[in-house]
Amino acid sequence: MGGLQKKKYESGSVTNYVSRNKQNKAFHLFEITDVYTVSICELIHASHRRLCILKGIYPHEPKHKKKVNKGSTAPRTFYLLKDIRFLLHEPIVGKFREYKIFVRKLRKAYGKAEWSGVQRMKENKPAYKLDHIIKERYPTFIDAVRDVDDALSMSFLFSTFARTGKCHVQTIQLCRRLSVEWMNYIIASRSLRKVFLSIKGIYYQAEVLGQTITWIIPYQFAHDHPTDVDYRVMATFTELYTTLLGFVNFRLYQTLNLVYPPKLDGQGEFSLKSECEEDYALESESYSEKLSALSASLARTVPLVEDEEAELDLFPAEGEDLEKMEAREKIELEQNEQKKLFEGLKLFLNREVPRESLAFVIRCFGGQVSWDKSLCIGSTYDETDETITHHIVDRPTIDKQYINRYYIQPQWVYDCVNGKILLPVEEYFLGVTLPPHLSPFVEESEGDYVPPEKLKLQALQRGEKPQAEDDEEEEEEEEEDDDDEDDQSEDEDEANLAEMEEKRAQGKSLSVKVTPGKVKPENRMRAEQEEKAEEKRLAIMMMKKKEKYLYDKIMFGKKRHVREANKLAAKRKAHDDSNKADKKKKKKKKC
Amino acid sequence: SQTKKSLFSDPRSVWFISSPSCVMFLWHTVKWADSLLIFITFSVRSQDIRNTVGNIPMEWYKDYPHIGYDLEGKKIFKPIRNKDELDEFLDKMENPDYWRTVQDKMTGADIRLSDEQVDLVHRLQQGKFGDVNFNEYEPAIDFFSNEVMIHPVTNRPQDKRSFIPSLIEKEKVGKLVHAIKMGWIKPHRPKETTPQYYDLWAKEDPNSILGRHKMHIPAPKMKLPGHEESYNPPPEYLMSEEERLAWEQQDPEYRKLSFLPQKFACLRAVPAYSRFIHERFERCLDLYLCPRQRKMRVNVNPEDLIPKLPKPKDLQPFPTTQSLVYRGHSSLVRSISISPSGQWLVSGSDDCTVRFWEVSTARCLKTVEVGGAVKGVAWNPNPSICLVAVSYDDTVVLLNPGLGDRLVCTATDQLISSYEEPEEVKDQPVQWAVAEGEGHEQGHRLILKHPKAVRQVTWHGKGDYLACVMPDNGNSLQVVIHQVSKRRTQNPFRKNKGLVQCVSFHPIRPYFFVATQRYVRVYNLIKQELTKKLMANCKWISSMAIHPGGDNVICGSYDCRLAWFDLDLSTKPYKVLRHHKKALRSVAYHRHYPLFASGSDDGNVIVCHGMVYNDLLQNPLIVPVKVLKGHTITHDLGVLDVTFHPTQPWVFSSGADGTVCLFT
Repeated sequence: MGGLQKKKYESGSVTNYVSRNKQNKAFHLFEITDVYTVSICELIHASHRRLCILKGIYPHEPKHKKKVNKGSTAPRTFYLLKDIRFLLHEPIVGKFREYKIFVRKLRKAYGKAEWSGVQRMKENKPAYKLDHIIKERYPTFIDAVRDVDDALSMSFLFSTFARTGKCHVQTIQLCRRLSVEWMNYIIASRSLRKVFLSIKGIYYQAEVLGQTITWIIPYQFAHDHPTDVDYRVMATFTELYTTLLGFVNFRLYQTLNLVYPPKLDGQGEFSLKSECEEDYALESESYSEKLSALSASLARTVPLVEDEEAELDLFPAEGEDLEKMEAREKIELEQNEQKKLFEGLKLFLNREVPRESLAFVIRCFGGQVSWDKSLCIGSTYDETDETITHHIVDRPTIDKQYINRYYIQPQWVYDCVNGKILLPVEEYFLGVTLPPHLSPFVEESEGDYVPPEKLKLQALQRGEKPQAEDDEEEEEEEEEDDDDEDDQSEDEDEANLAEMEEKRAQGKSLSVKVTPGKVKPENRMRAEQEEKAEEKRLAIMMMKKKEKYLYDKIMFGKKRHVREANKLAAKRKAHDDSNKADKKKKKKKKC
Repeated sequence: SQTKKSLFSDPRSVWFISSPSCVMFLWHTVKWADSLLIFITFSVRSQDIRNTVGNIPMEWYKDYPHIGYDLEGKKIFKPIRNKDELDEFLDKMENPDYWRTVQDKMTGADIRLSDEQVDLVHRLQQGKFGDVNFNEYEPAIDFFSNEVMIHPVTNRPQDKRSFIPSLIEKEKVGKLVHAIKMGWIKPHRPKETTPQYYDLWAKEDPNSILGRHKMHIPAPKMKLPGHEESYNPPPEYLMSEEERLAWEQQDPEYRKLSFLPQKFACLRAVPAYSRFIHERFERCLDLYLCPRQRKMRVNVNPEDLIPKLPKPKDLQPFPTTQSLVYRGHSSLVRSISISPSGQWLVSGSDDCTVRFWEVSTARCLKTVEVGGAVKGVAWNPNPSICLVAVSYDDTVVLLNPGLGDRLVCTATDQLISSYEEPEEVKDQPVQWAVAEGEGHEQGHRLILKHPKAVRQVTWHGKGDYLACVMPDNGNSLQVVIHQVSKRRTQNPFRKNKGLVQCVSFHPIRPYFFVATQRYVRVYNLIKQELTKKLMANCKWISSMAIHPGGDNVICGSYDCRLAWFDLDLSTKPYKVLRHHKKALRSVAYHRHYPLFASGSDDGNVIVCHGMVYNDLLQNPLIVPVKVLKGHTITHDLGVLDVTFHPTQPWVFSSGADGTVCLFT
């Protein structure tokens, strides 16, 4: 026993982490040489936050929290020390400092009313770029595509902001531009898969280069900006996201041989120009508007060959059997068919429906779409066009109706996309109560509750004709009965036992004579089941404590799952029953 | 203020000012005065000289009916103003001069402005001179011109600085030049030539994937919405009234859904979602503030967790059904014991009786009353002696029930009566007495009076020695061992090692097991020393049983555990079973079959298969085989004692409901 005494919490995992407060202190030391005027604390927080966001540094949960926290169990956030060192080496830190100095100088010049100086400084405003950070965070393109979800949602949100107040107008314009570019790409590549109208906004899911990407767009309303949201954080994220999205868009356009920044296809352009040139003053503005109308196809660097895609040769991967391959083939076929869902249809949007969303969705699946000329730039045909097949209206009635087209509600379009087939239009006519709109993202596993509408849709997809409703209901009831059986059987057992005991007791007390008993029909299946159940119960008794805990937890979760599913089913049944009763009453009244 | 006053002391002076500079001065003065109105009123006052107070703030006279005093020292009263809003309005409507009527603040009188005055006001408003006749554009005379006059205006020689370059400017220029030289100032930053966006991943370098990318934990994607988030969800996803109330009362953090599901008849009716920006913001916060950790999700089939045990069917025989119930006791049956032949059963109850039953018929053959609640009964294991030890209060009675073989019974009686007093009488802690009279007729043979209440009696396998437990925390006399043939009693322990719960003899070797509250001590009776101390890992041992092989012990405890000790293995339990829901009261081994049973306060008897192998390397196999239910729980007590039949795989249990059950 010799040498220095080892101190606690000075080696091991504690050296790998740094708490948030400590980290701020580190920044303090780092920055102190340059900080004069601005409150140190604030500056540290702000720049630290911005760096963390841009570089994608996040806190870690250490494996042994108590060890890392030097014996304390107080809640504390930990960063990896390595990460913080990594932050400090970022060249953009220097740029931030330059900008800070610039702001200070500018303020000074304003104070001294040196206008030429102000002018000069503004011209030489330091700028920074995030390209290298994007490259560093996403070394391959596919990484970037994988992470583009949040960027899209944010960009779409910012593009709906009013051009006053909360953030720079340039940011809003850039966001709008990027999101329109994205939508145009999705249309051109026909990669939209699912759409969902929720109460929060509209969810879209696309499959880009094999990655599923989901984003949400709010409904077109003015925002009332909440006061408890820090817009600086959002702005920093947006800064990063716009850069990321721009590069991703560029690359995606390249893969499709489209021109970037997007240009409208030559033929479409002429027709558009001739129609409504007078309405828009600025050429550049009208061009971006036309792009955002989503009605015209984009120009390509290489003219599109009309041929269908060459049949891909299939090489079965090792260990993959024929069935799997066939299944994959089938899925591919289905997808190809889905891409052409609206091909040949000519739709017209009335003015009260969400134009952008519908135009986007319809164009993604190859449909033709137009709207009133006064509604938005870029309409391609009029309401009076005789070849229109579907007219999308979102009001109870419409005055002037044309004979040779369906007047339907907008939900039809979205349900068709999710169902991957053209649904019968009867349920979506004007003034009709709409069928429920289901989420396409829910994939029911075994034991989950499946709403009857989904079952119906699945039947339709399989090509079966819609059955009478009663059959389905019966099926459901049967299922429910199955669920209940176990409980009932247990109850029965107990009841039987109690009865038997009572009988026994009575028999003893009343008389000594023996009455001939009835032979009970022995249910062999039942007995076997019971035996198995008991075996299991006994085995569970012998479980180790740890495993028992885990087992109980799993079983608890399972039971809760079943309970929830049953609850939903019961609710649905009650609702349907009450509906039926109402209908009967009405019939009686009519009679 | 002084100048203003002096200037305006004679209001008429205004009109005599004609030169432009004076007018300008007046104009500035007017601007400087409170308002334009004051100026007008001054000018109007040429007719009215009632203001005697001068230019003072008029609110000083606000609460008085007068303003100032006249030459005689009388008050000058304000004109009466009793117009209300309505009068004012009527006046406004009817009086054509209303617009040119102003109130003089100094006197409080209404004054109608004349045409000239109105004109003046207009001109001043337009920024013109007050005087109509003033010409603003008179030809200017250039006093300082480039023409050198013969007679200069001033004859001052020019300063030197007017013809040498400025030093300050030079300094400034010098600084700028230096800054430009040093590159601090750039006249124009060169325009960025690279486009804003380009193909960033044109050269994907596999080396750029660093260790940190592998370490990176990508943020989980946002949860995808379910049916309940739809604008038109199926009806079962909408909340009922109670659910909605519960949702509202819940803390937002603990809500399962962050929103209320709603149904809208058409897409047009869907409003904006008020928390949209919030949700995006929260996502941002999650992305950069939430600690991330890779968590391995346990993906276990729960069936795999259940241990694979041999089927109970293969481990038969063991008791499976309740076949007989021995009724007769009116209070809880604390203890039962079975004769070595397996034909008779004795049970002792709190109703102060001991009953003898025939096992096969459940018939009560004999009832013996004793003087207290019976705590323990024990049948002598020696088949050639028919003797039962019964303990109640501080007494242990040895009974001869007179059942079974008469020869055995008489032999037992003879054995007891053949006792001869030793020559030297030792002082014993227990008094031995021979029962006589009525007691003798009932079967009482020997009565042992102890100093304290006896809780448990147990026989040695040979049937000569009898151990009694008198739990007492403060005394070393807790366990006594009697030798019946010599009517001798000894106290084996000098020291008190804790409250003794139960004791037991080793079935083969001269060992003695003493269970205190938390430990089981094993003593060697010949060497008179402690050989082992078993740690039971429980709070309070209630009962103990020794395997007939002698190498395994089970301990039941009041904290629902049953500990199996393998004496060869360790002093810690080989296995702890938590099968019962409530405190264990009694445990028992079968003498021949690999079975053991435990009775508990939850009214169950659990029978387990406990196979002990002769091979020392193989651990005992413990498998629960049957849960037997037959007793009703009374006063929170269920099964109080269990014991096995000596030859058959049957188990007896006595319960707090006053019955004894036989499970076969």
